[in-house]
Amino acid sequence: MAADSPKGVLTTPVFKNNPIALQILGVCSALAVTNSVQTSLVMGLAVISVTAFSNLFVSLIRNHMPSSIRIIVQMTIIASLVIVVDQVLRAYAYETSKQLSVFVGLIITNCIVMGRAEAYAMQNGPVMSFLDGIGNGLGYTFVLLVVGAVRELFGSGSLLGFTLLTPVKDGGWYVTNGLMLLPPSAFFVIGLMIWVIRSINPEQVEEADFKITSNTKAQEAA
Amino acid sequence: MANNNSIKKTLIVAFSLCVVCSVVVSAAAVALRPVQQTNQELDRKTNILQVAELYKPGQSVAEQFSHITPKVVDLNTGEYSDRFDPDTFDQFGAAEDPELSESLKGNDPAGLGRRENFATIYLVGDQKDPEQIIVPVRGQGLWSMMYGYLALKGDGNTIVGLSFYQQGETPGLGGEVDNPRWKALWDGKEVYSDNGMEPVIRLVKGGVDSQTPNAENKVDALSGATLTSRGVTQLLQFWLGEQGFAKYLSRFRDPSQGA
Repeated sequence: MAADSPKGVLTTPVFKNNPIALQILGVCSALAVTNSVQTSLVMGLAVISVTAFSNLFVSLIRNHMPSSIRIIVQMTIIASLVIVVDQVLRAYAYETSKQLSVFVGLIITNCIVMGRAEAYAMQNGPVMSFLDGIGNGLGYTFVLLVVGAVRELFGSGSLLGFTLLTPVKDGGWYVTNGLMLLPPSAFFVIGLMIWVIRSINPEQVEEADFKITSNTKAQEAA
Repeated sequence: MANNNSIKKTLIVAFSLCVVCSVVVSAAAVALRPVQQTNQELDRKTNILQVAELYKPGQSVAEQFSHITPKVVDLNTGEYSDRFDPDTFDQFGAAEDPELSESLKGNDPAGLGRRENFATIYLVGDQKDPEQIIVPVRGQGLWSMMYGYLALKGDGNTIVGLSFYQQGETPGLGGEVDNPRWKALWDGKEVYSDNGMEPVIRLVKGGVDSQTPNAENKVDALSGATLTSRGVTQLLQFWLGEQGFAKYLSRFRDPSQGA
């Protein structure tokens, strides 16, 4: 996982070490905001900017950070950045920010942001940390876009608002899958996605925590 | 590094971080507030124009809004009130102010908790004899408080449109209150019974056609969304009833009672 070239820190988190697919971090917001591609995209951009800048600032002051209040310092930086991003969205992307509602604020609790600040930015220089933040944000955005595309296509028959499969309720032929518009469907889509990624890269498969023994035979039980 | 953990250093770092962060956050909030308020204002006006079916995309909202007059109505008397400036009156804020609202305990079909004594309404065209009257409505659906506007013709009885600008109902089921095909069903429906100010408008299951008795007071309910549909019926009956706009709207009905 050592990826110490600038290109490495940018691209590794997207496919090889994806924060959602491999590290299973930040799944909760991935469920909530992915019912259309547009909200996924805006959410992804918001997370990219927060991870990138929080990594940058944490890395800048990492040599002056008292270890006793380390986590609080990181949280304060992240929370301030999230508020700024939320305010910017409300000013310049009002419609989308209405749809994202509380989930922009909840970026604070997104484990990816905190995890990268703690795991990477505390040990590395500002420039590399900034790129690492962008890379991980991109990894998150990549998963969000795939899930958002699947859910919007099958749930509403459109992509980015353009109708591809005309739904029955608008006089077309496509019966929309209502489940796809509800948050639980993102579990299935993310699950299937992790399956695909791990089939392509078998080294990502984790060792099983326990082995399932074979069934007890009927005559032995008797 | 060892020095970093002294109490003095900890306090200095914590204090300077707080100062820097609060400056950044307040700068962002203050600098962006005018743009945000313009957005909210624009959004509210667009919603009102849409429910009145006057909205033309691509044209200036401010210009389209110019022949709409906001007015504050006292819900207890049904008269106009000049106690507040209609452009800035905060109706939802008033609902939480004990001075300006009353508790609905025991008689609260729409699930509001408190009802404000004053409401902002919008008149399209002439103020004495308006083409349309747009009133704000809200009420509890299945999951969320649904906020919307109801546009009535100048007779205070015939519906032009109903539109919710904020709701959190189940997408695909209750969320279909936003579906234009469903919203189109409201056009031409009548709120009140033929001779009275009793709101009889309601959603019914199983569809409405010309054979249905009193079809002019009934709208097809949303399929798969019984509780959202019930919420819509109840919030309309509340806001158009005695505790809502009935007193105010009766002034438009009386003179031309022929209807």
